[in-house]
Amino acid sequence: MTAPERDADDSDQADESAARLRALKPIDCDIHPPTPVMAELLPYLDDHWHEVMVSRGIDGLGLASYPPGAALSARPEWRGADGRPGGDLDLLRREALAPWNTRLAICHCLHGAAAMFSEDMGAALARAVNDWVAAEWLDREPLLRASILVSPRSAELAVAEIERCAADPRFVAVLLLAGGEMPLGRRAHWPIYAAAARLRLPIGIHAGSDFHNPITNVGWPSYLVEDYVDQAVIFQHQLLSLIGEGVFTKFPDLRVVLIESGFTWLPAFLWRATKEWRALRSEVPWVDRSPAEIVREHVRVTLQPTDAPPAPEDLARVMEQIGAERLLLFSTDFPHWQWDGGAVLPAGLPARLLPRIAVETPLETFPRLRHPAVPPRAPAIPIEGFAP
Amino acid sequence: MTRHVVASVGEIPPGGRKLVAVGGRSIGVFNVGGAFYALLNRCPHQGGSLCLGERVGLVLSEEPGVYRYTRPGEMLRCPWHGWEFDIRTGQSWCEPRRLRVRTYPVSVEPGEALVKGPYQAETFPVTVEADYVVLEV
Amino acid sequence: MSEQVLERARESETRLGIVDCDIHPMLRSETALLPYLSQRWREELTTNGLRTRNPFVASYAVPKATPALSRRDSWPPSGGPPGSDLDFMRAQYLDPYGIETGILQVLIPSGKDQRNPAFGAALCAALNDWQVAEWTAPEPRLKASIIIPAEDAEASVAEIARCAGQRDFVSVFISARTTEPLGRKRYWPIFAEAERQGLPIGIHTGGSNGIAKTPSGWPSFYFEDHFGDALAMQPLLTSLVLEGVFEAFPGLKVAMIEGGFGWAPSLGWRLDQHWARMRSEVPHVKHPPSHYIRRQVWFATQPIEEPAERRDLRALIDWIGWDRLVFASDYPHWDMDDPRLAFKIALDEAETRAVFRGNASAAYRLA
Repeated sequence: MTAPERDADDSDQADESAARLRALKPIDCDIHPPTPVMAELLPYLDDHWHEVMVSRGIDGLGLASYPPGAALSARPEWRGADGRPGGDLDLLRREALAPWNTRLAICHCLHGAAAMFSEDMGAALARAVNDWVAAEWLDREPLLRASILVSPRSAELAVAEIERCAADPRFVAVLLLAGGEMPLGRRAHWPIYAAAARLRLPIGIHAGSDFHNPITNVGWPSYLVEDYVDQAVIFQHQLLSLIGEGVFTKFPDLRVVLIESGFTWLPAFLWRATKEWRALRSEVPWVDRSPAEIVREHVRVTLQPTDAPPAPEDLARVMEQIGAERLLLFSTDFPHWQWDGGAVLPAGLPARLLPRIAVETPLETFPRLRHPAVPPRAPAIPIEGFAP
Repeated sequence: MTRHVVASVGEIPPGGRKLVAVGGRSIGVFNVGGAFYALLNRCPHQGGSLCLGERVGLVLSEEPGVYRYTRPGEMLRCPWHGWEFDIRTGQSWCEPRRLRVRTYPVSVEPGEALVKGPYQAETFPVTVEADYVVLEV
Repeated sequence: MSEQVLERARESETRLGIVDCDIHPMLRSETALLPYLSQRWREELTTNGLRTRNPFVASYAVPKATPALSRRDSWPPSGGPPGSDLDFMRAQYLDPYGIETGILQVLIPSGKDQRNPAFGAALCAALNDWQVAEWTAPEPRLKASIIIPAEDAEASVAEIARCAGQRDFVSVFISARTTEPLGRKRYWPIFAEAERQGLPIGIHTGGSNGIAKTPSGWPSFYFEDHFGDALAMQPLLTSLVLEGVFEAFPGLKVAMIEGGFGWAPSLGWRLDQHWARMRSEVPHVKHPPSHYIRRQVWFATQPIEEPAERRDLRALIDWIGWDRLVFASDYPHWDMDDPRLAFKIALDEAETRAVFRGNASAAYRLA
């Protein structure tokens, strides 16, 4: 499985872009530590939940969206000796941080706590995962930051977890799965957005599903590759929900980041959404400006997968259409297999956009990135008014 | 620009409208709260018969779930794609600067002034006792 | 683009003799179908009535923007809903626009979505007979699509076989929202029969399959619901490609109707990218997905894309291929496209001929 052949010119250009990227010391907005198994989470559960997990033999809560052995889940060289996607911290440092001179990388821990039907179990596991991320990853590697995993099934419990983790400024976003039980714009979710906006945490919507609904609105696909391609449409429905329900009117400070969603579908989606709005505005009168404007202001998207057209000049055109200098966030999506060799930057990505994509837009999108990392186990401190 | 008598005032009560053919154009004349306005019967979007559309209010909202119903009958919704136009200005609500429908000056003239002429050949019977809607095209 | 250029384009379209791939005829009333049903199904229709996975007796699950989904000036003066009066359709649409061929897509009632499968099959047959008797026979410009109870492949094959001999029928109709993605094996007998008969499948947005309108549950507003129907086309096409329908049926033609087309290039890029890496899972897909799409899929133009910059419309069509678009109006629905004014870019003579006429001849069994 290799990328298309590259000629000498392409290689030179790729090397040049890579060198430029390294010089910028980019912020990687989407990497994944290995999904913790239950044994790793047990130390982070209270006595009750510890006993529940052990007594009931609960394990294997990795998301079915990313089967560990699947090519999608990790490049061969990005697996541990046991085949585990993402391996360990040494591998992450060597393969995700070092190659790009990365100054900061945001970890999104994809774990089935987000898909639990029991609100209480989901919340307990999410809490354990977040504590595990802080102790095993953030404490041990100062270049790492993380999103707060929550189960959206209970907004109340999710808010409690967001507020708890927000005391640690190394948590820089909230993490939700793209494929859920109820469209993300629905009012039942609003307490999550209220808390996130207040705490300056963007909502990260990441590819993957809790499987509480079929992967598509025409039923269950047969194949993993099909599931994965269909993720882009899940994001489109969710964006429509956030816009149509007026989430950005209600929470003008809220920012949303689409993570591992692809972005080349965005122009046509916005043209169509704006067309719908012109016709149907009076049904959703709180949508007070075009969807294209709303997305420009409130939504950001990570780079990988690029889903690029074959001709580089066409990708450049798509980037113009979306306003890539404001919208795009650099990401490797380590250890997911999206690109080969060192080709994290697609051909056709205009070099002049690199400083924005690699550093400036991430800093603007995740304001808490500017905060220096505090020592672990610091006492909870009020977040309001902390100086960047 | 020529002036055309298109209706007696009594023909178009408040909330009413009349479609007229003037100078080769189809034009809708509307009475909004006693004042008259005229719009070309052709939506700038895709040419739909705009003046056959519903007259609706303008629903505004500062907050999801709140529907603030204003200006009843002052907006025209294109019968095709539902675009909302302000009858008074011809501007589309969603893109007021870029998209508007052609409007025409309308005035009300007493019959005794009109019988003296000169007005376009499209004959419209006038009497000195009544007032009339006059369109400039 | 100057007014004169657009005006010339409009004139040439009218002279051209347009092929419109999406016109919606309507039953004058539910009783209008009774003559085409057996006594058993007349009883069913007049008692329990139409029963799908929608919650209401006589409303769409999410109410539409306009009555009968239609443009407000399309209600025939003779009475009956929009699309129910052939004379009015001629006067308002077919004649003034120079429609040479209009392909009928009957959305309501949906035979495929009936919860009583035998009743659904009977409705499909009745609708096919009704199309010929009341539309294509009296009006040679109109062509019909074979309505099939797509969830029952065997019954569908039988209905295609029953109707295919009549040249009034130029395609097979399936509404997009089936209970499984349309590429799944259970639907393959339909593709086999359509290919055998030389009939394309016209997949039209809509249908109710009892599955949430979004992959994350049910939305609240028609603003979402309307677009959601178009979004269904992407996983549908993805399924056709990755299940290997195009590989297994290289002669099958598919038209995607009323979903627009702006989504097609980026879906092709995304499919190609991930197929390249994950293709060992789908060894039956021997070529890149975009290869199949360019070979066997057409996209109806409505609702036309309206990019902020008009040149991007040309870019979209360049990416899809000028041979892949077939004009559709969607008359008499509210979001229909006027053939003269829908394209906000000027098309040259060859492009106009292709989009408004020529491509449909390649896709459909016309003449």
